[in-house]
Amino acid sequence: MSRQRSARSAALGLTVRRIPTTIPSRSSGPVRRRLVVGVLVLASLVLISLSFRSDGSGPLSGVESAGAAALRPFAVGFERVAQPFRDGYGWADSLLTARSEAEELRAEVQELRQRAIQAEFALQENVYLRRLLAYADGPRFPVDFDPVVAEVIGRPAGAFAQAIVVAAGSDSGVAVNDPVVTADGLVGVVTRVSGGTARIQLLTDEEAAASAIDLRTGATGIVRHARGTRETLVFDRVRKQDVVRRGHEIVTAGWRAGALSSLYPKGIPIGKVTSVGQTDTDLWQQVQIDPYVDFGALDAVIVLVPRERAR
Amino acid sequence: VTAAAWLRAGAAVFVAAMLQVVIVSSLVVEGGAPDLLLVVVVVLGLLRGSIPGAVLGFAGGVVVDVVTLGTLGVTSLVLTLAGFWSGRYGETTGRGRRLAPIVAVGTITLLAGAFGYLLHYLLDEEVVARHALLGALAPAFVLNLVLALPVHALLRRIVGEGEREEVAPEVEVLAG
Repeated sequence: MSRQRSARSAALGLTVRRIPTTIPSRSSGPVRRRLVVGVLVLASLVLISLSFRSDGSGPLSGVESAGAAALRPFAVGFERVAQPFRDGYGWADSLLTARSEAEELRAEVQELRQRAIQAEFALQENVYLRRLLAYADGPRFPVDFDPVVAEVIGRPAGAFAQAIVVAAGSDSGVAVNDPVVTADGLVGVVTRVSGGTARIQLLTDEEAAASAIDLRTGATGIVRHARGTRETLVFDRVRKQDVVRRGHEIVTAGWRAGALSSLYPKGIPIGKVTSVGQTDTDLWQQVQIDPYVDFGALDAVIVLVPRERAR
Repeated sequence: VTAAAWLRAGAAVFVAAMLQVVIVSSLVVEGGAPDLLLVVVVVLGLLRGSIPGAVLGFAGGVVVDVVTLGTLGVTSLVLTLAGFWSGRYGETTGRGRRLAPIVAVGTITLLAGAFGYLLHYLLDEEVVARHALLGALAPAFVLNLVLALPVHALLRRIVGEGEREEVAPEVEVLAG
């Protein structure tokens, strides 16, 4: 239809005519616009396709790794600048819960002091019996791993991935599937590596899971993300006849079957049981655990590099 | 768009991308975190037009995906469309409206959240819909709205407002 068209206003009975504009090339604008956005969308789709199929060794991985290496100093620099503000935010936030938390911790210290003495006796006995039996075992945490301490330099945007990026990569010996911990407990596992950085999937990610065990009763199950919440974990697949109580500690189970073994060595603390429930229709118990690690306030982590790989 | 304006806008997107990855993503309030980069791309689209919006969204997405070692192109695709759409809104119905940044940021936050969820679902990544679309998106929506006007004011000072390429046609009323 012509842009010079006239029309009659139904309400007023007046003729309305468009005045020709003086913009030089109006027809080239929409074409250029569609062309640019089309090219960018196509480029994004090509990148997604190549990146999704990449197994870490294709040409795109090299480009991505070079890009990550080039941007790493900026990420580290921004992290250093942001750190005092993050600390301030954390300090102000912790003031709200400091009093109740202190009382809980005092009670916990008393209990742990008694258990530490018992554990020391059990440890000595364990070492003696292992020596007698010449017991063959899988990798043990932390003695069979070299720790690589790494600063957290990034977190993906959005609610789609629970992950962090750390400033240590393959140059430091880090590889995919290496377990990651802090002094508090299990954090997750390395999922992607470049020369100077690594991406770590947190235990709170929907796709993460770890075989685990109740430290006091030996009940086994799988720790995974609790659906619908950000930082709660569930101890799943626990049989109804197994005993799990509120307050019990859950640690990694660290199984090994022939050449196959769990990603996580046994004995890494995961969290404490906060509630246990079961219904007649459920096959398993419903156990919720509160993780020891504060996944929202990770500043530095320890990547566990197996010593047997280093050799 | 002049080279200087491109440079300033590019620098703003780069800084926003780094801030988003390093600090803003960890500022979780009630289960959701603001998306500073999305807000910056939307505001730049409003200020400079649809083509700069799309190009800057693509560039910002690439930076985020590279720094976080994520699947390349996912964030770029979402931000390209976000920048383009906000640019078109700024060039047409949103032109001259004081609340255009609020409307654009709010609408695009919701659309980007839903589109991002769909994209991750298509890539066979396990994402819980209730958490992604309600638990995290609702607080992110509010936080992005809070950021919209200050970011708009700041970026208007830094990169300025582009001349509109498309002008609404004038009409002449003829009696009789």
